[in-house]
Amino acid sequence: MENNSAREHRKACLKITLVLLAVWFMVSLGCAVLFRGWMDTNMPMIGNAKFGFWMAQQGSIICFVLLLIVYKVLMQRLDDKHGYSE
Amino acid sequence: MEQSTLNFIFIGISFAVYIAIAIRSRAGSTQEFYVAGGEVSPIANGMATAADWMSAATFISMAGGLAISGYDGSRFLMGWTGGFVLLTILMVPYLRKFGKATVPDFVGDRFYSNLARGVAVVCAIFICMTYIMGQMRGVGVVFSQLFDISTTWGVLIGAAIVFFYAGLGGMKGITYTQVAQYCVMAFAYTIPAVFISIALTNNFIPQLGFIGDITTGDTAIPFLEKLNEINDQLGFAHYTSGSLPLIDMFCITAALMCGTAGLPHVIVRFFTVKSVRAVRTSACWTLGFIAVIYLTAPTIGAFARVNLITELDGLEYATASDEAKWLSQFEHTEQMVFDDKNGDGLIQYRGPNSDTPNELTVQKDIMVMANPHMAGAPKWVIALLMAGCIAAALSTAAGLLLVLSTSISHDLMKNIVNPDISDKQEVLYARLAAGISLAVATYFGINPPSDFIAETVAFAFGLAASSFFPTLLIGIFSKRMGRAGAISGMLCGIGFTLGYIIYFQFLDGPKENYLFGISPAGIGTIGMLINFAVAFIVNAFTPDAPEHVQQMVEDIHIPSGAGDAVSH
Repeated sequence: MENNSAREHRKACLKITLVLLAVWFMVSLGCAVLFRGWMDTNMPMIGNAKFGFWMAQQGSIICFVLLLIVYKVLMQRLDDKHGYSE
Repeated sequence: MEQSTLNFIFIGISFAVYIAIAIRSRAGSTQEFYVAGGEVSPIANGMATAADWMSAATFISMAGGLAISGYDGSRFLMGWTGGFVLLTILMVPYLRKFGKATVPDFVGDRFYSNLARGVAVVCAIFICMTYIMGQMRGVGVVFSQLFDISTTWGVLIGAAIVFFYAGLGGMKGITYTQVAQYCVMAFAYTIPAVFISIALTNNFIPQLGFIGDITTGDTAIPFLEKLNEINDQLGFAHYTSGSLPLIDMFCITAALMCGTAGLPHVIVRFFTVKSVRAVRTSACWTLGFIAVIYLTAPTIGAFARVNLITELDGLEYATASDEAKWLSQFEHTEQMVFDDKNGDGLIQYRGPNSDTPNELTVQKDIMVMANPHMAGAPKWVIALLMAGCIAAALSTAAGLLLVLSTSISHDLMKNIVNPDISDKQEVLYARLAAGISLAVATYFGINPPSDFIAETVAFAFGLAASSFFPTLLIGIFSKRMGRAGAISGMLCGIGFTLGYIIYFQFLDGPKENYLFGISPAGIGTIGMLINFAVAFIVNAFTPDAPEHVQQMVEDIHIPSGAGDAVSH
C-alpha cells in the first residue's frame, strides 16, 4: 500500500515535470530562438515589439515565474493527496 | 553637493547596515556557518538567493551587453532566469530531501565513492573560481569609477573588502546581509530606469515605455523602431535582429540555463530552508525577485543605447566638457576612448557596417553606470546606483567564497583527507581556502579571460552545465547509475569544456576552428551531452549501483520527512 502510493506519486510528479518542461522549452528556446522568425511575422505585436523579440526580452521571464507558481501549487496538491504534507 | 561625496554617503550607509547585520548574526557553530541552521523563512531565503544570484555580471554587465548587441543579449536574460525553472523542478526539492550540506556531499554519497566526491570538489572549485573572477572584475570596474583610479587598483581594493566581509558571518550572516543587499539592488536598478523611461517615453513604467513610443522628438514614434533606425544609420545591426548565428545563440542560452541548475552556490541556498515544500515556495520567491531586475534590464539596455548615440554621436569633442561632462570621467578610467581618426574634432560613433571609421570605443560593462549620467538623472540616483553595483558584486563574491571554502575544508579536508579534524580546524581551513581563492580570483580579475564580465561568468555556467547538471540529474532520476559511469561522465564533460575554453580563450585558438560554429560560452551544452553519453555508455559495461543506494534514491522522491541538512 505504502509503496503503491509512492509509485503513483512519483509517476504523477514525473508527468507534471515533463509537461512543465515542455512549456518551459517552448516559451524560451522555442518562441524566442528556434522559431523566432516565424513568431515575428505570424504572431500579434506586443505593444510596438515583435512577438519573438518580446518573448526573448520579457515574455519568457514572465512565463518562467508563472511556471514555478503552477509547479508549486500542483505539487502541493499532489503531496496532500498522497499524505506527504508536513 | 559633489557627486563623489554623495556616492560615498550612500555606499557608506549601505555598508554600515551590512556590517551591522553580519555582526549581529555571527556564526556560532560550523553547522551555522554552512547552512544557517535551516531556520531561514522562504521569503527571506528567496531574497537572499536573488541577491546572491544577481552578480556583477547581471547588474553591471548584462544591460550593457543588451545595449550593444540588442536581441543577442537575450541569451543572458533567458539563460539566467530559465535555469531557475530547471533548478526548481528537477534539482533542489530532491537534493533538499537528501539532506546534505554541500553538492560534493551528495555526489559522494549517491555514487558511493570518495573518488566521485573528489572529482565533484574539483569541479566545484573550477566553477566557483571562474565565477569569482567575473565578480572581482566587476568590483574593480565599480571601484575604479568611484575613486577615479585604474581598474587594477579597483580590483585590489575590492578584494580586500570582500575578504574582510566574507569572513564575518558564515551562511546565516550572509543570508541576512543579502536580504538587505537585495533591497538596495532592486531600488538601485529600477529607480534610474523609471527616471530615464519618463525622460524618453513619458511612461513611468519602463517595461511599457520599452514597447511604447519615444516622445523626445516632435512626433511620437515607436521606441524600438527609432532604436533600429539610429543603429542602422550608424552602421550597426538592427537592435531587434541580432547577429549571432542561431546555433550559437541556442547553445549559449541552453548552457546558461543548465549551468544555473548545476551551480553549487545556488543549490546550497535551498539547503537552508526547512522542508521540501518550503524549498518550492522559496524558489518561487527567488525567481519573482530576480524577475523584477531581469524585466528591467532590457529597458535599461535599450534606453542606454538611445542615450549613448543621441548624446555623443556628432558632438564636438572640444565642447564635450559642457554638454556631456561625464564623458571625461569615463575617459579617465579608459572605459570610453575617443580617437579622432579623421581629425574633424567631432565624435563619430560608427558600427561595423559603416563606411567611415568608428572613433569612439565604449566598454560594455560601463553602460549601466553611464546611463543615468547620459540621461541627466539627479545625483542621488547615480549614488544609489553605485551602492547597488557594489552590493551586487559583494553579495555574490561572498556567497561564492563561502561555497568554495566549504568545498575545500569540508568536502576535501574533512571527508576525504582527514575525518578527525575538529570543527574549529575545519573553519580555519575554510578561511585559509577563502584567502587563497580570493588571491587567485584577484589575479584573474586584473587579467580577465574576457574583457566583458558577463562572458567570463558565462564560462562558469558552461563548466557547471557540463559537470554538475548532468551528474546530479542522473543521480536523482536514474537509480541504477553506478559510480564508474558518473565519474567518467563528469570528467569527460568538464574536461572537454574546460579544454575548449582554454584553447580558444587563453591560447587564442582561431575562430574558424569553432566546433559547429559554437563559441566557448556555449560549448557547455555540448559538454553536457558528452557527459550524459559517456555516463550511460560506461554504465552499460560496469556494475549498477548497489541495493542500498537504489533504495536511497527512491527515498529522495518522497517529499515529506526531510530533516535538517546535516554536514556529515
